[in-house]
Amino acid sequence: MANVKRSPWLLHYDASSCNGCDIEVLASLTPVYDAERFGVVNTADPMQADILLVTGGVNAQSAEVVKQLYDQMARPKVVVAVGVCACTGGVFKDCYNINGGVDTVIPVDVYVPGCAARPESIIDGIVKAVAIFQERSDKHDKYVKEHGESARDTSDPDAAARDGNPADFFNALGKKPQEHTDHKEEK
Amino acid sequence: MRILMPILFLLLAPLAGGLLDGMDRKISARMQRRVGPPILQPFYDVQKLFAKQRIVVTNSQTFLMITYMVLIIFTGCMFYSGVDMLMCFFMLSTAGIFLYFSAVVTDSPYSYIGGQRELFQEMCCEPAVLLTALGFYILEGSFQTSDLIKADRSAILALPGFFVAFLFILTIKMRKSPFDESTSHHPHQELVKGVTTELGGSNLALFQITEWYENVLMLSVVALFILNKNPWSILCAVLVVLATYFLEILIDNTSARMKSQKMLQLSWAVTIAAAGVNLVILILVR
Ligand code: SF4
Repeated sequence: MANVKRSPWLLHYDASSCNGCDIEVLASLTPVYDAERFGVVNTADPMQADILLVTGGVNAQSAEVVKQLYDQMARPKVVVAVGVCACTGGVFKDCYNINGGVDTVIPVDVYVPGCAARPESIIDGIVKAVAIFQERSDKHDKYVKEHGESARDTSDPDAAARDGNPADFFNALGKKPQEHTDHKEEK
Repeated sequence: MRILMPILFLLLAPLAGGLLDGMDRKISARMQRRVGPPILQPFYDVQKLFAKQRIVVTNSQTFLMITYMVLIIFTGCMFYSGVDMLMCFFMLSTAGIFLYFSAVVTDSPYSYIGGQRELFQEMCCEPAVLLTALGFYILEGSFQTSDLIKADRSAILALPGFFVAFLFILTIKMRKSPFDESTSHHPHQELVKGVTTELGGSNLALFQITEWYENVLMLSVVALFILNKNPWSILCAVLVVLATYFLEILIDNTSARMKSQKMLQLSWAVTIAAAGVNLVILILVR
């Protein structure tokens, strides 16, 4: 089984954050905290990322983007919500345009609390996410082993996380909640 | 020798390239007062990329990527088997075209711009690369790398200008700052990831491995400037190559990206000033 936990690449998206959490995410890559010693790379490309870090609550404009970024990432993938806004909506929870946390759109695996989340706890969250990433990758490898190399494209180790994913937000918007397309149409 | 060296290149170049890459990241981190990733990090990255789901935007992408890789490896093997150096450089440019194609078939604007700039970089490098081959020919009367390493004296003594020009374009070839026009190694830039934007999973791994091969090949050309028939020159060449690589890392860490127009002007100016003048002197002295 491939050892993937040494190479988690992050994709950071600001859903509607006040920038407090974003600064802290970047801080965790600076000399003081240096997340790169774990092999973390802050990539800007969803196709190359393994872990999606979302800061800020989800609103009408960012919901589609968050979902699209999630769908564009190669499996296996892990989602981390950074800051209370991303976890639940935080102080903006009752605003007219905020739906709530990231988990109203995509499944979230790790919740990092704090306003703003401390770099220490962000790194902690990443380390937790890395463990989940390894677990899913093993599942993915096992599936590929059983079903042949072509199954690398079809194996979906993240499916369990998506079960029961609320789609209220899209209902509230009067839109039909879209299926998680997850590259299917590209095949 | 003709068989052994290419096989050694085939097997050892990715190891050496990966280690150099790992050292690059470690030294860069130390320069920024960070701990940095382990030296073997590039290998971990490639291993992970192979384990991930394969995503392609168009099916031809994988084919083009593999062609790019095969051509680069083939060029390296040719170089090490001691054949015509000029031929190797032509092959290298051909390989670059396939990288360009793999970027533009995707329709992504980022990867399209990256592809365009890749061609542009190629254009900046080409004069210096060809002049280098010419310099060696005038000096030794041969394009064959097998003859060049048997020279009486190190070529750098007669070709210092060519060496400077080649070092200059090495930064462009390695896609390092200030000339990381076609791919950006750092996030949140206007290019996303340039030519590699639409490469994911195993395709990106192939690109990474090809880059290692290419770096080793380019550094081998640097070594060619030092090698002569004295066996001790091999040690010398290794030291010079390591020093060159360190210089590249230093430049990478201390400079911001340059405009591509400026890159063209500068690279041609340096090529003409250093290699061109050296060439004239070489012809006159002979
Ligand atoms: S959790 Fe606090 S710091 Fe972070 S985005 Fe929300 S309000 Fe800003």
